[in-house]
Amino acid sequence: MTIEILGISVLWLFLFGYVIVASIDFGAGFFNAQTLLTGKHHIVNTVIQRYLSPVWEITNVFLVFFFIGMVGFFPKTAYYFGTVLLIPISISIILLALRGSYYAFGTYGTKGHKGYTLMYGVTGVLIPASLTTALIVSQGGFIKETAAGTLELDYVALFTSPFAWSIIVLSLVSVLFISASFLAYYSSVAEDKGALKLFRKYTWIWSFPTLITALGIIIEMKWHNQDHFQGMLNLWWVFALSAIAFAVSLWFLKKARYGWSFIFVVLQFALAFYAYGVSRYPYLLYPNLTIYDSFTNETMAISLVVVFILGLMLLIPSLYLVFKLFIMNKPYIKKGV
Amino acid sequence: MESVEFSRYLSMLTLSVHVVFATVGVGVPLFIMVAHWLGLKRNDDHYLLMAKRWAHGYVISVAVGVVTGTAIALQLALLWPRFMEFAGQLVALPLFMETFAFFFEAIFLGIYLYTWDRFKNPKHHFYLLAPVLIGGAMSALFITSVNAFMNTPQGFAVLNGELTNISPLLAMFNPAMPTKVAHVLTSAYMTAGFILASIAAFHLVKGNRHEYHRKGLALTMKVAFVFTIATALVGDLSGKFLAEYQPEKLAAAEWHFETEGEAPLVLFGVLTETNEVKYAIKIPYALSFLVHSNFTGEVTGLNDIPEEYHPPYIIHYFFDIMVSIGIGLMLLSLVYVIGLKFNWSIIRSKVFRWGLVASGPLAMVAIEAGWWFTELGRQPWIMRGYMTTAEGATTSPYVWAMFIAFAVLYFILMVGTIVVLTRMFRKNPVENEIEKIREKGSVAV
Repeated sequence: MTIEILGISVLWLFLFGYVIVASIDFGAGFFNAQTLLTGKHHIVNTVIQRYLSPVWEITNVFLVFFFIGMVGFFPKTAYYFGTVLLIPISISIILLALRGSYYAFGTYGTKGHKGYTLMYGVTGVLIPASLTTALIVSQGGFIKETAAGTLELDYVALFTSPFAWSIIVLSLVSVLFISASFLAYYSSVAEDKGALKLFRKYTWIWSFPTLITALGIIIEMKWHNQDHFQGMLNLWWVFALSAIAFAVSLWFLKKARYGWSFIFVVLQFALAFYAYGVSRYPYLLYPNLTIYDSFTNETMAISLVVVFILGLMLLIPSLYLVFKLFIMNKPYIKKGV
Repeated sequence: MESVEFSRYLSMLTLSVHVVFATVGVGVPLFIMVAHWLGLKRNDDHYLLMAKRWAHGYVISVAVGVVTGTAIALQLALLWPRFMEFAGQLVALPLFMETFAFFFEAIFLGIYLYTWDRFKNPKHHFYLLAPVLIGGAMSALFITSVNAFMNTPQGFAVLNGELTNISPLLAMFNPAMPTKVAHVLTSAYMTAGFILASIAAFHLVKGNRHEYHRKGLALTMKVAFVFTIATALVGDLSGKFLAEYQPEKLAAAEWHFETEGEAPLVLFGVLTETNEVKYAIKIPYALSFLVHSNFTGEVTGLNDIPEEYHPPYIIHYFFDIMVSIGIGLMLLSLVYVIGLKFNWSIIRSKVFRWGLVASGPLAMVAIEAGWWFTELGRQPWIMRGYMTTAEGATTSPYVWAMFIAFAVLYFILMVGTIVVLTRMFRKNPVENEIEKIREKGSVAV
C-alpha cells in the first residue's frame, strides 16, 4: 500500500466518522423541532437532550479534522476546492455557526426556547445539503474555467442537474434514517417506551427512500461519469453486501434488537461509503486532480501519519470514556433532565 | 475593490471575533481549576460554586469559539487557496495537532460538565479539568506556531520553484514561535483573570456585599497580577525578537525612520504627511535599551528598508494601545494585591472598583490591538519573504457578498452571547444557588 492510499483511507475514515455522528446530531435536531410542531415533543425531549448535551461539540471537531487532514495530505485540494467552493462552504459555515451557538444558547442559557429549537432543526437539514455540494463537485462536470484562466463553479449546471439533486436528497433521507435508528436504540436503553415507538416508526419511514435514492444515483452515474460508473460496477459485490446489511438491520428492528439494528445500519453505510470511495479511485476531483498529483511531500506525510497514530492513542480512550459515561450508561440515560 | 481586499477584511473580521472567544477559551479553565482546587482543599462551597458557575458561562463562550474557529479553519482555504496550497506542505503538522488538542479539550469539557454528581471521590471529577486546561493551552501553542511560521518561515528550501529539504519540526519551531506562544498564553490567562474580576467587581460596585464575590475578586486579581508581569516580560522579549528578525515591523510600530544608535522610544503622537512625528512623548535611549539592553545599540530604521516592504504606519497606534493598557492593568492589579495585604481602604472605594470593572474589557481591547499590530505589521507579506498577500488570495469575485453575510452572522452571535450570558446569571444569582446548597448539602446537585 502506498502512503497516498493510506492517507486517503485515513481521511475517508474521518469523513465517515463525521457522516455518522453528524447525521445522528442533525437528525436529532430535526426530530426535536418536528415533534415540537406536532405536539409530541414531551415524548422525545428527554432522550434527545440526554444524548446531545455532552457530545454536540465533539461532532464539529470531526469535520475540522477531515478538512485539516485533507489540506495536510493533499495541499492542492486547498487550491481547487477552496477557489470553487467559496459560496457553498461559506453557507455551510454560517449554518453550522448558527446551529452550534443556538444549541448552546438554548441548552445552557434559556432552557426550552422554542425559536432556538426550531433553528436547530432547520439548520440541521440544510447543512447536509450544502456540505454535499463539495462531494457533488468532486464528481466533475461542474467546474468551468474563466477567460482569465481561473476556476469557477458552474451554478447553472449545478442547480439544473438531476444527479446533483439526487445526491442532496440521499444525504437528507440518510441523515434521518441513521439518526432515527440510533435514537431508537438510545431510547430502548433508556427504557423510554414512548420515544422508542416514535423512533422505531421514523426508522421504518426513512429506510426505504434511502435505499431507493442510493440505487437511483448508481444508475444516474452511468450518464454523468462513465469512469466512475465502471468503477462502481467492478465493486458491485460490496454494494450488494451493503444492501444485505440494510435488510439485516430492518430484521433486527422488527425483532426489537435495536443495538444490533443500529450496528448494521452503520455497517451498511460503511460498505457503501467505502465502495463509493474506492470506485472513484484515483480521483479527488474528476478529472483535474488525482491522489498522486496532489500528494504532499514525503516528510510531511510520514510526520502526519505518526501524529495521527499518537493522537488516536489519546482519542480512542477518551471517546471510550464518553461512550461509557453517556451512551452505554443506563443510569445516566434514564435519569430525566 | 478587489477580492484580495475583501479577503483581508473577512479574515480580519473572523479572527477579531474568534480571538475574543479563543482568549476566554484558553484562559478561563485555569481559573475554574484554581477555584475548584481551593474549594476541595478548604472544603469551601463558595469556591466550588464559583468553579461551577464559571464553567457554565464558559460553555457558552466555547460554543461560539468552536463555530468561529471552524469558520476560520475553512476560510483559510476558501480565501487564501494559493497560500494554503503552498503552506499546506509545510505547516500541516501543527494544524493537525491543533485539531487533536482541541478534540481532547472538547471531550473532557463535556465530561466535566455532566459529571458533577457522578464520582464517589470528588477529586476524580476535579482531575477532568487537567485535560481541558492542557488541551486549550496546546491548541493555542500549535495554532500560534503556524502564525509564527508565516512571520519567520523556515524548515524548507526553494530550488527552481520546487520545495525541498522540508522539515516539519523546524517549520514549527521557528524563531518567532517561542515568544509568540508565550505571549499568547500569558496574555490569555491575564485577560481571562481580568474578565472574571470585572464580573465580581461589578457585583460589589452594585452594592452586593456577598462573601462569594469578594473571594472571587481576590482570587482572580492575584492570578491576573502574576500573569500581567509574565506578559510584560515576554512582551519585552518579543520586542527584542522583532528587532532581530522583523526590523520593519518594529520600526513601523515605533515610527523609527533613521537607522541610529541611542534611539528614543516614541509614545503616542501623530505622523505628518512628510513622516514627521508630532505631539509624541519621546523617551531618549529607551528603544535602544529595549532592543539591545544598552543605551547606544543601533536600531534599524524604515529608511533602510525598501518602501514596498513597509508595513502600514498605523500599527504604531495599535502598539501603543496594547502597551498602555498592559502597563495600566499591571499598576491596577499591583495596587490591589498590596492593598489587600495591608488592608488599604482605597481598594474598596467606588472609583477603584469601577476601574476593576473596566479591567476585563480593557484587557480584551489590548488583545485585539496586539493582534492587529502583529498581523498588519507583516504586510505586504502573507508569508514573509515568500508570498505576498495578493498572491495568496482567492480569485473568486463573490468575496464581498460573503463578507456581508459573515458580518451579519457575527453580529447575531455577539448579541446572542451577551444576551444569553447576562440573562443566565441574572436569573440565577449566587444567593439562590447558595441557598440551594444549604438545602441539599452539596454543590453537585
